[in-house]
Amino acid sequence: MDFTQLLQNMTNGVAKGSCYALVAVGYTMVYGVLQLINFAHSDVYMLGAYFAYWPAKWMGYLPDEKGGRAQDVPLALVGLFVVGSMAACAAVGALIERAAYRPLRHSGRLAPLITAIGVSLLLEYGGQMVFGTEPRLFPTFVEAQSYDVAGVKFANTSIIIVVTAAVLMGALTLFVNHTRQGRALRAVSHSFNNARLMGINVNATITMTFMLGSSLAAVGGILVAMDQPTITPLMGLRMGLKAFVAAVLGGIGSIPGAALGGLLLGVSESVVAYWSTTYSEAVAFLILIGVLLVRPAGILGSSAREKV
Amino acid sequence: MSALLAADQLTMRFGGLTAVKEFSCAIESGELFGLIGPNGAGKTTVFNLLTGVYRPSSGTVTFAQSDITGQPPPSIAARGMSRTFQNIRLFDELSALENVMAGAHLRGNINLFDALLRTGRHAREEKRQRDWAYKLLAFMGLEERAGLAAKHLPYGDRRKLEIARALATEPKLICLDEPAAGMNPSEKQGLAQLIRRIRDQLHVTVLLIEHDMQLVMGLCERIVVLDHGETIACGKPRDIQSDARVIEAYLGVADG
Amino acid sequence: MARNLLVMLGLLAGCYGFNFVMAEFIEVVYVDYINLCGLAIILAVGLNVINGLAGQFSLGHAGFMSVGAFAGAYASIMLTYGVIESGPLSFVSMGSFLLCLALSGLSAAAVGALVGAPTLRLKGDYLAIATLGFAEITRIVLTAQDAIGGPTGLKRIPKMPLLPGSEKWDGGTSTFWIYAFVCLVILLSVNLQRSTFGRALICVRENELAAETMGVRASRMKIMAFVYGAFFAGIAGCLYAHYQHSVRPDDFTTVRSIEVVVMLVLGGLGSLTGAVVGAVIVTLLPQFLRPLEESLGLSGLSMVVYAALLLLMMLFRPQGIFGQRELSLKLLRRLVPGGGKESRP
Ligand SMILES: Nc1ncnc2c1ncn2[C@@H]1O[C@H](COP(=O)(O)OP(=O)(O)OP(=O)(O)O)[C@@H](O)[C@H]1O
Ligand SMILES: [Mg+2]
Repeated sequence: MDFTQLLQNMTNGVAKGSCYALVAVGYTMVYGVLQLINFAHSDVYMLGAYFAYWPAKWMGYLPDEKGGRAQDVPLALVGLFVVGSMAACAAVGALIERAAYRPLRHSGRLAPLITAIGVSLLLEYGGQMVFGTEPRLFPTFVEAQSYDVAGVKFANTSIIIVVTAAVLMGALTLFVNHTRQGRALRAVSHSFNNARLMGINVNATITMTFMLGSSLAAVGGILVAMDQPTITPLMGLRMGLKAFVAAVLGGIGSIPGAALGGLLLGVSESVVAYWSTTYSEAVAFLILIGVLLVRPAGILGSSAREKV
Repeated sequence: MSALLAADQLTMRFGGLTAVKEFSCAIESGELFGLIGPNGAGKTTVFNLLTGVYRPSSGTVTFAQSDITGQPPPSIAARGMSRTFQNIRLFDELSALENVMAGAHLRGNINLFDALLRTGRHAREEKRQRDWAYKLLAFMGLEERAGLAAKHLPYGDRRKLEIARALATEPKLICLDEPAAGMNPSEKQGLAQLIRRIRDQLHVTVLLIEHDMQLVMGLCERIVVLDHGETIACGKPRDIQSDARVIEAYLGVADG
Repeated sequence: MARNLLVMLGLLAGCYGFNFVMAEFIEVVYVDYINLCGLAIILAVGLNVINGLAGQFSLGHAGFMSVGAFAGAYASIMLTYGVIESGPLSFVSMGSFLLCLALSGLSAAAVGALVGAPTLRLKGDYLAIATLGFAEITRIVLTAQDAIGGPTGLKRIPKMPLLPGSEKWDGGTSTFWIYAFVCLVILLSVNLQRSTFGRALICVRENELAAETMGVRASRMKIMAFVYGAFFAGIAGCLYAHYQHSVRPDDFTTVRSIEVVVMLVLGGLGSLTGAVVGAVIVTLLPQFLRPLEESLGLSGLSMVVYAALLLLMMLFRPQGIFGQRELSLKLLRRLVPGGGKESRP
C-alpha cells in the first residue's frame, strides 16, 4: 500500500469536504427552519459559479476563440466577483423562498418538496437554455501552484478552499450564536409559533436563512469551479446529493454538524477512491444509510421523541 | 383465579424524569377500574407501558397469565388488550365504518393473495368485518355516521368512534384515556352508561383514565391514584374520596 | 377470483387487438409514445402502493427498476444467444421471456424487501433520502459489474416474443406485452386498494401508532408494500430493457425516481386513477415539447416548461389532479346529470 498516495487522497478529501460543508450548511439551515429539503439549493450553487464567470468573461479574462491563453484576474476583481456572486445568489435564494415556498408553507410536507424539485429543474434546464449545455472553462482566479511536503502535494487552490470554508463557517457560527438575528434564527427553527409570539419576524428570519445559505453556496460554487476548472448548468446535481448527505450525516439542523459531515464525507470518499473510483461514489450513500439506521438524528443532531 | 392484568413495579424514566415509579396493580376480569391523578401524574404513560407503546425501564406486565413486558403493540392487541388515545388518533381519511373495520382486521385470517385475487375467503372476511363494525357503531350510537369521513365527525363522536374501533379488535380489556374530555354534562352521562354497557353486555373489562371525578366515582369499582408518577392510593371510590393524600395531591397542601 | 381471471383474459384479448391496431395502422412515433406511457403506468401504479397507500415516501423506484432490467435482460440474452456479444437481434422465446419476467420481478421484490426492512424505522424525508441512497448504491454497484457490461450496460437484448398471428406485424409485439402488464398491475392494485389489506395499509399511512395498537403489524405492511411496488418496477425494468434492446446503469438515476414520484403527485398521491393520468402526462409532455424545443433551437426548453407546469400545479392544486379520488363508475354516474342516485348506507 502506498501511504503517500493515501495521505495525498486524504488531503484532497479535506478540500472536497470543505466544499461539501459550504453547500451543506444551506441545506441544514433551511431544513432546520422549514423541514424542507431545498432541492434547488444545489442549483443556486451552480448559479454562484456562473455569476462569477460572466463578469470575468465580459471583461475579457477568458481564452478567446483563437485559443489564446487565459489572463489571470487581478485579486481585487476576484474579490469583487465573489462578493457580487454571493449577493446575486442571496437574492435568488430569497426570491425562490418568497415565490415558491412561502405560498405553500401551510400545505403539508409533500407540496413544498415537489415544488423544490420543480424549482431545481427550472434552474437546471433554464440554465441550459441561457448558458448552453456545453461545459465552460472557468477563468483563472489564482495561478495554480503546489507545494510538496514529504511527497504529498498541497495545491494552493486546495489550501484556499479549506481556509475560505473554515473562515466562512466560523463567521456563520459566530453570527448564529452571538447576534440578535442569529438568535431569531435559532428561535424560529425551534418553533415558528413561539418565535412569533416572542415578537420575532418569522418571515424575515426565513428570508435571511435562505440568503445566508445561498451566499455560502455561491462561494462553494466558485471554489469548486476554480478547482475543476469547468462549469456546466447541471453541475449542481451531484454536489446537491452529496451535500445533503453531509448535512444528514452531521445532524440536520446543526451547523457544526454540516461542517463535520462534509469533511467526513469528503475524506471517506477520497480514501475509498484509492482503491476504486467507481465505489467512491457509493460511499456517501453507504455512510448515509448506516448513520440513519444507527443514529437517525445524525452525529451532532438531537432527536425528540413523539409524545403519545 | 388470578388477575386479568397485573402490573408489577413498573417504572418509566425519560432522561432525568421518572414519569412512572414502581406502579403495581391487579385488575380482575370484569372489573371497571379507574386510574386518576392530576395533570402530568403519569397516567397516559402507564397506558403506554401496558399497551407496548413504551418499553418500561423496569418492572413487568402480565396479561391473561402471560408475561407481555416489552412486546410490540400488535402482539398485545392480539392477546386482547385495546386502547383509545387522549389525543384522538383516528384514521382521518377513512369513513367511520372503515375505521371500525380496520379494528376488526386483527381477527381476520386472510393473506395477500386472497386480497389481490378477491377470493371467496376475502369476500367472507370483508362481510364479517362490515357486519361486526355496523354492530359496534350501532352499539355506540354512531350508525348514522357510518359513511362520514372520520375527520368530519364532531368531537364527541370522534371519541366514541375510537372506542368502537378499539372494541372491534374483540378485546378482553379496553383502556380508555380520558374518553369524556371535552364533552358536556349530558354527553358525559350518556358515555358513562355506554362504558357500563361495554362491561355488562360485551363483557369487556375496562380500565379508565378520567379527570371528571363524578363520572369516575360513580362508575368505577376500584380506583388507583397517581401523583408525580407515584401510586398514592388504591381502593374503593369511597375510601379514595376521603384519603388525605389524594385530597392533598388535588388541592395542594392545606395551610395551617 | 374466477371473475378476475375472466376479466384478465378479456383484457389480454383486448391488448392483442390493441397491439394489432398499433402495429398495422399507427405511425411508429405514436406507438412509441403509447408504449412509453404503458411502462410509466406500471411504475407509477406500483409506486402508488408504497407512497400513496402505505404513505412511505420512497424515492428509489429507479433502483428497483434497474435490478429487474438487468436481471431480466441478462437472463434473456443468455437464454436466447448463450453469450454476450454483438450480432443481429432475434426474438426471445415465449417460455424464456416469461421466465425472465418472473426473474426480474422476483429479484426486484427481493431487493425491495431488503431495502424495506432496515429502513422501516425511518419516516418522511429520512426514508426518502435513504431509499434514494439505496437506488444510487444499486446503480453504482451495477456500473462496477463487468459481467453486465459495466457503464455501457447490456446491448442486443432480444425482441419480445412473437404471438400467434403476429409474424407479419412490423411494429412487433411490445405493445401487447407492456399493456398486458399495465392491465395486470391495475387489476391487482384495484383489488388490493379495496381489500381489507389495502385498508390496513391506509391505516399505517394515516396513523401508524393507532394502526399498531389495533393489531396491524405496520412493519409487515410496509415491507409488503415495498415488495409489491418493487416487483412491478422490476417487471417494468425487464419490459423496458427488451423494448429498448439495450440498457445502461445510467438509465436509472435519481432523476428517474423523482420522475415517478412527480407522476404520482401530479395525479394525486394515493389515487390509482391519478397515478395513471400522471404517468401519461409526465411521459407525453416532454415528447410534445421536444419538437418546439428543436425548432427554436433552445435545448432545455421542454424541461423548463415541464418544471413550470409542475410549479403552477403545486401552487394552485397541491393535492394533484384527482386528490385521493378515483375515477369509478359511481363517480361517472354522478357527473352525468340525473344518472344514478346515491344510496346512503
Ligand atoms: N415521550 C415522553 N418524553 C418525555 N417525557 C414524557 C414523555 N411522555 C410523557 N412524558 C412526561 O411524563 C410525565 C407524565 O406524563 P403523562 O402524559 O403520563 O401524564 P398524564 O397523567 O397522562 O397527564 P394528563 O392528565 O395531562 O394527560 C409528564 O411530565 C410528561 O411531560
Ligand atoms: Mg394523559
